[in-house]
Amino acid sequence: MYDMKALYEAQSVEDAIRLRVEHPEAQIIAGGSDVLVQMREGRRAGKELISIYMIDALRGVTMDAEENLRIGSLTSFSHITRDPLIQKYCNVLGEAVDQVGSPQIRNIGTIGGNTCNGVTSADSASTLHAWEAIVELTGKDGVRRVPIKDFYIKAGQVDIKPDEIQTAILIPKASYENTFGHYIKYGLRNAMEIATLGCSVNVRLSADKKTIERCRIAYGVAGPVPMRCPSAEAVANGAQPSKELSEKFARAVIDDINPRDSWRASKAFRQHIAVEMAKRALTRAVELAGGEMA
Amino acid sequence: MSAQYKLVHCTVNGKAVEKMVDVRASLTDMLRNEYHLTSVKKGCEVGECGACNVLIDGEAFNSCIYLAVWAEGKSIQTLEGLLSPEGELSDIQQAFVDETAIQCGFCTPGFIMTAVEILNTNKLYTDEELRKLLSGHLCRCTGYENIFRAVKKTMYRRQGKTIDF
Repeated sequence: MYDMKALYEAQSVEDAIRLRVEHPEAQIIAGGSDVLVQMREGRRAGKELISIYMIDALRGVTMDAEENLRIGSLTSFSHITRDPLIQKYCNVLGEAVDQVGSPQIRNIGTIGGNTCNGVTSADSASTLHAWEAIVELTGKDGVRRVPIKDFYIKAGQVDIKPDEIQTAILIPKASYENTFGHYIKYGLRNAMEIATLGCSVNVRLSADKKTIERCRIAYGVAGPVPMRCPSAEAVANGAQPSKELSEKFARAVIDDINPRDSWRASKAFRQHIAVEMAKRALTRAVELAGGEMA
Repeated sequence: MSAQYKLVHCTVNGKAVEKMVDVRASLTDMLRNEYHLTSVKKGCEVGECGACNVLIDGEAFNSCIYLAVWAEGKSIQTLEGLLSPEGELSDIQQAFVDETAIQCGFCTPGFIMTAVEILNTNKLYTDEELRKLLSGHLCRCTGYENIFRAVKKTMYRRQGKTIDF
């Protein structure tokens, strides 16, 4: 038995919004692989929960009218990895969330929960930042769309109003078109592990594959919230892919990131692996895009 | 709190059932206490060890971090559901016996239900893929090698392929 004060079950988005307004103290629970564990630990013991898990309308990946890739907030990690639209347009996201926890966790864990937790180590977070994802929130006054970088306010805090729930994550067409990316997770073991550092890089090459038209890089655990690296991106944008460029690009991330010392790893170690991960992820992204590191 | 109950309808091992359930209960609690399916073990109770693993609509879930009320309308399969009507073991259970993939037995039901999910995909996985697919379970006795062999053997047998370890 969980030590919960009460459970309110939403059967629809409207239901969830009404329950949010009626029970302002209640915590939203999606898949529950964090909320229930925290309740068991005592951190959330005795709290009220609003369960949105049964809202099947929030599951699945579709292409919307504006050709945004639309991922329902309750889509599980394993369903994202197996989804043909994800595999075609944003395969790196499927690969990133395939490194969360264990197979059973990937069947229950949702992309919405992963982002709404507001933790920097979430395996989806760096890729969603690097692909400039848009977070869709639905509240009593309608739908609001927030760029993912603004959605994360600080560690553990995201931009959800008291009457809202997150209903989808969108990857805009301009973001995924002709774009290829790679994610590297550094952890001490392969399964049931929280990232020491996560790095996601994607590139769009020119038609002749000789120029990097656009390069985006984002990290998880390189600061209190996931972050992009504008200095490194400026180095790569418009440049020709080469080993020399990848070195220069990788060194530039040091100007952008701000990792901390923790029991998992020191700041110095995180900075060290950040450089190596940037180099490897850029190289792989260029290869996936059909280019070559001269 | 004052107790809050809900009638939960679901299919358990192929049989349509319903019970009044405390909303605070995990699916492990419901399966063990209401349906006496004690193959569903209480291990870590925080989703790390896989001892409570069951199949819900064919996918593996740690039932300890799954609310019982979420079982509404779902089809749940536990290890008990693998036995034939005459009580004979299924191929994957027999493989665990043959490969000595069991010592204390506490992790076994969870491992076998994940193996069922893997085998039902009808794919031939590489060793690396198979290890990743089995990585949601902890076993403190066997060192995993025999468990891995039991699953791999059954996978090859079902595909009609000869195995070369």
